[in-house]
Amino acid sequence: MRHTISLLVENEFGVLARVANLFSGRGFNIESLCVAESLDPTISTMTIVTRGNDAILEQILKQLNKLINVIKVTDFNEMDYVSREMVIVKVHADDKTREEILRITEIFRGKIIDVSSKSYTIMINGDEEKLKGFLNLIKPLGIKELVRTGTIAMARGERTIKMKENHIKGGE
Amino acid sequence: MKKTGAQIIIESLKAEGVKTIFCYPGGATLNITDAFTNTDLQQIVVRHEQAAVHAADGYSRASGKVGVSLVTSGPGATNTVTGIATAYMDSIPLVIFSCQVNTALIGNDAFQEADIVGITRPCTKHSYLVKDVKNLAQTIKEAFHIARSGRPGPVLVDIPKDVSASLAEFKYPDKVNIRSYQPTYTGHPGQIKKAMRLIANSKRPVLYTGGGIISSGAAGELLHLAEKLSIPVTNTLMGLGGIPGNHPLFLGMLGMHGTYAANMAITESDLIIAMGARFDDRATGKTDEFAPHAKIIHVDIDPTSISKNIKVDIPIVGDTKNVLTKMIEIAEEDNEAFKQQHKRVSEWVDKINTWKKDYPLTYQKSGILKPQYVIERICELTKGKAIITTEVGQHQMWAAQFYTFLKPRTMLTSGGLGTMGFGFPAAIGAQVAYPKSLVIDIAGDGSIQMNIQELATVVQYNLPVKVVILNNGFLGMPRQWQELFYEKRYTWTHLSSPDFVKVAEAYGAVGYRLEEEKDVDKVLKEAFRNNRPTFIDVSVNPEECVYPMVPAGASLKEMLLV
Ligand SMILES: Cc1ncc(C[n+]2csc(CCOP(=O)(O)OP(=O)(O)O)c2C)c(N)n1
Repeated sequence: MRHTISLLVENEFGVLARVANLFSGRGFNIESLCVAESLDPTISTMTIVTRGNDAILEQILKQLNKLINVIKVTDFNEMDYVSREMVIVKVHADDKTREEILRITEIFRGKIIDVSSKSYTIMINGDEEKLKGFLNLIKPLGIKELVRTGTIAMARGERTIKMKENHIKGGE
Repeated sequence: MKKTGAQIIIESLKAEGVKTIFCYPGGATLNITDAFTNTDLQQIVVRHEQAAVHAADGYSRASGKVGVSLVTSGPGATNTVTGIATAYMDSIPLVIFSCQVNTALIGNDAFQEADIVGITRPCTKHSYLVKDVKNLAQTIKEAFHIARSGRPGPVLVDIPKDVSASLAEFKYPDKVNIRSYQPTYTGHPGQIKKAMRLIANSKRPVLYTGGGIISSGAAGELLHLAEKLSIPVTNTLMGLGGIPGNHPLFLGMLGMHGTYAANMAITESDLIIAMGARFDDRATGKTDEFAPHAKIIHVDIDPTSISKNIKVDIPIVGDTKNVLTKMIEIAEEDNEAFKQQHKRVSEWVDKINTWKKDYPLTYQKSGILKPQYVIERICELTKGKAIITTEVGQHQMWAAQFYTFLKPRTMLTSGGLGTMGFGFPAAIGAQVAYPKSLVIDIAGDGSIQMNIQELATVVQYNLPVKVVILNNGFLGMPRQWQELFYEKRYTWTHLSSPDFVKVAEAYGAVGYRLEEEKDVDKVLKEAFRNNRPTFIDVSVNPEECVYPMVPAGASLKEMLLV
C-alpha cells in the first residue's frame, strides 16, 4: 500500500542524506520526496511517498524516528489529509491543437506560463487523480517534456503536525 | 581564557571522565597530537586504525564505559570503517574522532581527504562534522551522550585541521538536550502487566536474552526474575555472561550452533520472553518455524528491533533493567497469580533437564588434540574468571560453547558483523581497562593474521594479553560449510601460516607451541603466569566441525549433532 509520510527534521546539512541513505540501505522505496523549510526556520518538513506492506511501513516509520535529527514522523494514512503536487508540461502546439490544449488547460484550471510558436508550457497542480486525468488528455497532443514536484500534504481540519513541547519520540 | 580546538578536545575528554584513548597520528591530527604532550590521559598508539577502534570497542565492552579513538584524515579515517561497523552492529558506545582536511579544502579532493561522515553514515549511530570551533565542546558533549544513551552505538566526530588550531572560549556544557532524541527507558506499565499475566499462565516459558542485558547492567535482575519464577534462560552469543553459565536454569546459547536443549526449548515453548535481543537470523533459524507454539513478549530499548524479523505479541519499548525491575515487583506483589508458579513449570523444567542430560555439548575424543578440549582446559584453569575475546570462526563458536561465562562483560566477541581480526585488538582494550585481569584472545590461524601487527602494540605497552591460536591450517568455518554442503571442495580455505612462535618472538613477545594433549595444562599454566604478551600456537585437529549445527535456512529443531 502507498503511504504519505511527513517528517519534521532539524534544518541542518546532511539530514536529507541520512533519510535517503536509510531508504536505499534498507531497500525501502521512495516514490517522491519533497523538502523545504517549515514555519519554524530551524525545522524542515519532508514529505515522502512510499510503498510497502504493514510490516515494512512499521519499519520505515520506526527507522525514520530512530535517526537522531528526525524530530517527528507522521503517517498521513492514519488521518484525513489533503495532498497536492504540481506538474509543468511543454506541449507541442500547432493550428490544429492549440484550441484543444487551451480548453483542456482551462477545464483543469491550469495556467499557460510560457508560449512559443510551436509550444505551450502549462503548469497545473492538484491531487494525483487530477494530474493523471489532465495528462491522459494532453498526452495524445504531444508532450515534449514533463517535470513534476513530489507530493506535499497537510492534515484536514484543525489538526497540525507540530513538534510537541517535551516531545517524546519512539514510545510504543 | 580562550583555548585551541585541540585543547578543547582534551578538556572535553577529561570532563567526560575519559582515561584512555586509542590513536594513530597523521598530518591532520598533529595539532591535537601535540596538545596531548604531557597530559595525564593515557594514549595507546596502535599499529593500524582498525585496531584503534576495535581496542576502544574492547575497552568499552569490558568496562561499560565509552571507548574513544582518534585517527587522521583520509586513509586513517577509512581504516576505521570495519571497526565502526563492528561496534554499530553490537551496540557498543564509542566516540571516534577522525581528523579532516582544512575546512576551506573540504570537497576539493585535497590530499588525504575522505568524506568519512558520508562513508560511515550507515554504520554510525550519529556523526558530526565540526565546522566551527565554537561548536566543538557542545558537539563532543552530544556525541558522548548519544553514544552511551538509548541503544548505545558509535558516534563519529570529524574535525578539520584548522578547527583544532582555532581559538574559542571553553566551557564544557553540563547538560544536553537534543529535542529530536529522547530514548524511552521505562516500559509501558500496561504492557508490562499484560506480559506478567501471560507469564503467570505459561506452562513452558523461556527467557531469551541478548546483549541488551549486558549493556543495561541487568544481569542481576535477570537472574532474580528467572529464579523467582523458575524460568529457563537461553542467551544469544552477545548475551553470554548475562546469567552464570553454570546456573541450573541456563540452557546454553541458542541458534545455529546453539545447544540441543536451547533450540528444543524455543521450539516447544509456549511463551518466549525476549530481552535485549533482536531475533538475528543466526539465532532464530528459519523464522516461520521459530517458536511455533509460543506467544512472544519482546523488551528492547530500540523500537526498530521489535517486530522486525518476528511478529511479537507484547512489545515493550524500554531499558531491560528498568522493565525487569518492574516485572520483579509485580511477581513479588501478586502472590496469587504466581503462587503455583514453580509447580506449573516443573514439568517443563524437568523436560529441559532431560534434554540437557541426553544431549550435552560434546565432541569426539580421539588421539588428536581437539580445540574444544583446549577451551575446556582454559576455562578450568582460569575458573571461568578470565576476560575472553574471540576472533571469528569455529574457534569463536567453541569458545561460546565450551567456556563457562560466569559474569557479564567477560565474553567480548564480534556478534553482529562477525569481524575476523576483532579479538586481538579488543583484548588490548580490555587489558588496558583491567591491567590486572587475565585477558585471553581465543583465535584462529586465519583471523589472527588480520591484525597480527598489534603484537608491536602489546609489546610496546607490555600488555600481557594471551592469544591462543587454535591452529587448524584452515579457514575452518567456511571449510566446515564446504565439507557439509560443497562435497569437501576446500577451495580458498586451505591457508598456510607463518611460524607464530617465531613471529611472536620477532616482535619481542613470548611464543609457545602446543601439540599434544598431555602438554596442554603445563603450557597454558606457564603462559597465563608469565605476565608477558604471549602467543600460544596450538595445533588442533584440522577437520573438526562445530556441532550442533542448524543449516542455514533450516528451523532450529533440525540440528545436525555430533
Ligand atoms: C573480515 C572477515 N573476512 C571474512 C570472513 C568470513 N569468515 C568467517 S569465519 C572465517 C574463517 C576464520 O578462520 P580462522 O580464524 O582460522 O578460524 P577457524 O574457523 O578456523 O576457527 C572466514 C574467512 C569474516 N568473518 N570476516
